[in-house]
Amino acid sequence: MKLFPILGGIHPDYRKERTSEKAIVAMPMPATLYIPLQQHIGAPAEVLVAEGDLVRKGQMIARNQGTVSASQHAPTSGRIKAVTEVAAPHPSGLPQMTIVLESDGKDEWADLPEPIADPFTADMHTINDRVAQSGIVGMGGAAFPSAIKLNLGEQKKLEILLLNGAECEPYLTCDDRVMREYPDEIIDGARIMAHALGTPRIVIAIEQNKPQAIGIMTKAASAFPEIRVVGVPVQYPMGSERHLVQAITGRETPARKLTADLGVVVHNVSTTRAVHHAVRFGRPLVARVVTVSGGAIREPNNVLTPIGTLVSDLVEFCGGFAVRPESVVNGGPMMGQPLPSLDVPVVKGTSGILALTAEEINDSQTSSCIRCGNCVTVCPCGLSPIDMASFIRKDKLDGAAKLGVMDCFSCGSCSWVCPSHIPLVHYFNYAKGALNDLERERSKGDRVKIFVESRTVRLERAAEAKRATLAARKPASDNAAPGNAAEAKPAPTTEEKANA
Amino acid sequence: MSISIASIIKKSGPFAHSSNSVQKTMFTVLLALAPATVFNLYLFGWPAIMLFTVTVGSCVAIEAGCLALADRPVKAALGDYSAILTGWLMAMSLPPWAPWWIGVMAAVFAIALAKHSFGGIGQNVFNPAMVGRTVMLISFPVVMTAWVAPHPLFSAGAPGLMDAIAITFGGHMPDTVSAASALGYVKTELSRGIPVTESIAKVPDLMDMVLGYRAGSLGETSAVLILAGGLFLMFKRIISWHIPLSVMGGVFLMGAIFHAVDPARYASGMFHLVSGATFLGAFFIATDYVTSPVTKKGQLIFGLGCGVLIWLIRTFAGYPEGVAFAVLLMNGLAPIIDQYTRPRAFGRNSKGEPLPLVKEKP
Amino acid sequence: MWIAIGSLTVMGLVMGGLLGVAARFLAVEENPLEEELKSMLPGSQCGQCGYVGCSQYAAALAKGEAAVTLCAPGGKVLIESLAKKLGVKADLSEHEEKVPEYAFIHEDLCIGCTRCIRECSSDAIMGANKLMHTIIIDACHGCGKCVPVCPTDAIVMIPYKVTLRNWHWPKPEIEQAHSEHEVEHAH
Repeated sequence: MKLFPILGGIHPDYRKERTSEKAIVAMPMPATLYIPLQQHIGAPAEVLVAEGDLVRKGQMIARNQGTVSASQHAPTSGRIKAVTEVAAPHPSGLPQMTIVLESDGKDEWADLPEPIADPFTADMHTINDRVAQSGIVGMGGAAFPSAIKLNLGEQKKLEILLLNGAECEPYLTCDDRVMREYPDEIIDGARIMAHALGTPRIVIAIEQNKPQAIGIMTKAASAFPEIRVVGVPVQYPMGSERHLVQAITGRETPARKLTADLGVVVHNVSTTRAVHHAVRFGRPLVARVVTVSGGAIREPNNVLTPIGTLVSDLVEFCGGFAVRPESVVNGGPMMGQPLPSLDVPVVKGTSGILALTAEEINDSQTSSCIRCGNCVTVCPCGLSPIDMASFIRKDKLDGAAKLGVMDCFSCGSCSWVCPSHIPLVHYFNYAKGALNDLERERSKGDRVKIFVESRTVRLERAAEAKRATLAARKPASDNAAPGNAAEAKPAPTTEEKANA
Repeated sequence: MSISIASIIKKSGPFAHSSNSVQKTMFTVLLALAPATVFNLYLFGWPAIMLFTVTVGSCVAIEAGCLALADRPVKAALGDYSAILTGWLMAMSLPPWAPWWIGVMAAVFAIALAKHSFGGIGQNVFNPAMVGRTVMLISFPVVMTAWVAPHPLFSAGAPGLMDAIAITFGGHMPDTVSAASALGYVKTELSRGIPVTESIAKVPDLMDMVLGYRAGSLGETSAVLILAGGLFLMFKRIISWHIPLSVMGGVFLMGAIFHAVDPARYASGMFHLVSGATFLGAFFIATDYVTSPVTKKGQLIFGLGCGVLIWLIRTFAGYPEGVAFAVLLMNGLAPIIDQYTRPRAFGRNSKGEPLPLVKEKP
Repeated sequence: MWIAIGSLTVMGLVMGGLLGVAARFLAVEENPLEEELKSMLPGSQCGQCGYVGCSQYAAALAKGEAAVTLCAPGGKVLIESLAKKLGVKADLSEHEEKVPEYAFIHEDLCIGCTRCIRECSSDAIMGANKLMHTIIIDACHGCGKCVPVCPTDAIVMIPYKVTLRNWHWPKPEIEQAHSEHEVEHAH
């Protein structure tokens, strides 16, 4: 299959060999699980349980609400200890509403929905409803509710279901292991999804640094002529949705459009496997494979982790820390988020927990920019990090916006390559947040302005009406004047105010 | 928890970094310059070694002084090797037997004026080494064009250590050894009405020029070692091919075209390519990160501009060599070039508008 | 010499005259600026600037009588854009960036007097006579004019909370070797 080049990119130290040969192991059920109501992009789910309730594994404990949302399920059987605020797996360490579940140790399944007998003749809505019901979100890290992405087939004519097995982030091997150990589940899930989407073709893209996975997937897909397994070049960030689509189809997704507008829908391989479980067995998403790695971890591994497991429990399971980590990262080292504490839960989008040493991070003090231009060369989005950063440093956010800072998806290539160790991505993260704030403020300001203007108009009209009545009454009865004057007294005050 | 981790996060990702650093970059450039420098110091003997030491030393000293004045940490900033590199490149562009004060004054103009008055490393618009050299050339044209023929160390007729001290620090330039650089010779002869075709026959042949056995500044001779250093930098990915190739292409093409039109008036493209500081300029001076454009397209325009200007200055202006002037002129244009050659963003056209959605079968 | 002096004088007079005439006949009326400034202001007529409303403040700004730093709801962003528009330098040293706030009515204290409703310029308070009042946060622009009129002190201003939804990375603190020195010099 002909592949197409993508712009920029880097070749970081992958360090995948630490866990790539470690088979997935299931960790024992922790005593307490912390299931946040929001583990996805969109609105938080609505709680269905209260303190003291007994739940069984797979039972829905929070329901999706609004258009973009995902429901949550009990990862094991037990008692609801509390529904309270718990620190989120987020760099801010801010709390979010979380269901605290005490395991009863029995791990008993609830009555699950019936398997869909023959998904390939089933209506697309049946499949999508099942996916939505099972709380499945994109497991590559972005955690976008999958059912919504599966509905795209309804509005758009789709050509390709592209399975993302690139796993371009260093360290991470969870997708690699899932592909090697459960190829048939992935293929089955992919065929079900392709059926729901109405795509005639399935392409599975895997970076060439995973030859075993490519071999195993190719073999598993050989029975299905509509499926192609493609080895893509090892080039970070190949796993970015838009870039992968470009590599496979040669087409560039226009800004503010979706890859689906080009007829391509991208799903992560682990997501596909979750769809297989939901459709074939009625099992919701209650556990995921997490790569636990980094120089500070004693026994790096790929762990099947119940959703809601505390990171500290997971680290403990992997032998704890050999040395004090410089940073603990949720996700890969390039785009992952640092964790302020280990007492935060593993969520559906957690692909890795990395305890990194200072040598691995290889950061040092920022020095002056020497204009080497490496950041411009490596930017996969064709932006000019050097210019955007200098605008942001001088608080000229609109200048940075004009250069396209909102198009940056924080892949980290520029920061990685910068010889002066300038925290370019941090600048852009800040600018994106601040620009969003400004936009929110501006739209609120505009709204308030409309309220104020309509109020002024209303008051003026009321005053006008009052004057009219007064004028009408005056000639009619001169005798009643004192009374009228008293009645009309409040009117001028309102009028004054309105004119003011 | 058994082991606590940082509770306040100060920095967002990424949590990986290349082994790249400013220090490493500058050091690699120095490494690439070393073979040509060593060979040329051998070729021009003790006076050259002394001038080289004085120039680099003054650059470092002035850098330290400027940093101290600006209240910046001196040691850390000196550790980036940028002042050494500036001094080194400048020393390579001076006449090897020039007196010591040329090196010192050039260093003052390069470091204090061209670099630190703009805000230090990364802030300067013009290449410091070329500013230093150019100011010297304009102010002291006689001293700055007093070339000598090669006098290899320990060879017969080469100045000894004491002679060298007299030359560099005493200003006793022996009259007998002066020689013209090839470019200068051709230019002077042309002004006397002797066609290039005749004068060029009297300069060392191209092969000698390539190897470096000729008169000129340290960096002008020995094109082949400079070329090797440049290729080494490309191999190490410190520089890309864009600027060197476009500079050389510009010089060569202009030379070749006009030579074809009137060989008696214009020297050949090949002559322009291997003479003077073309290679040094193309690989080491025009490629200076700070003063060249950051985009690849911009670098091509910048390089081509340098190449054409070098040829124009050599051919029509008063000075026989034009690399420094050409680079400085293009340095001034670099910010504008950058502004107009920004890459096209993913999913957008060159104006920054979203691309149109074209439906086609993937 | 006299010719030179004479010709220069004549030229000076003619050109000066031309400029004077042009200034009179081609003068840009000041109103457009006032209108523009008005459209930049929040338009909530909160009166915190000391003028009756936004248009009065805009008029004062256009005449150069008012400082650009008076509008509290507009914040630093507005100050900077006003300064840019008017070509003046904004003195931000006195300016304390206020965290955005919204009004909140303690419902058990509210007696339903409707005074705050009459005061609110953006109709953000709901309620009627003798009935408890509530603030519609979405319409409240945090001017705080309702706070002093409340007879029972039932209204307080509450800063917006930082949540996971609106949190974003702060501007990076560059630990560049010389930055601290620069800051020292700035003082």
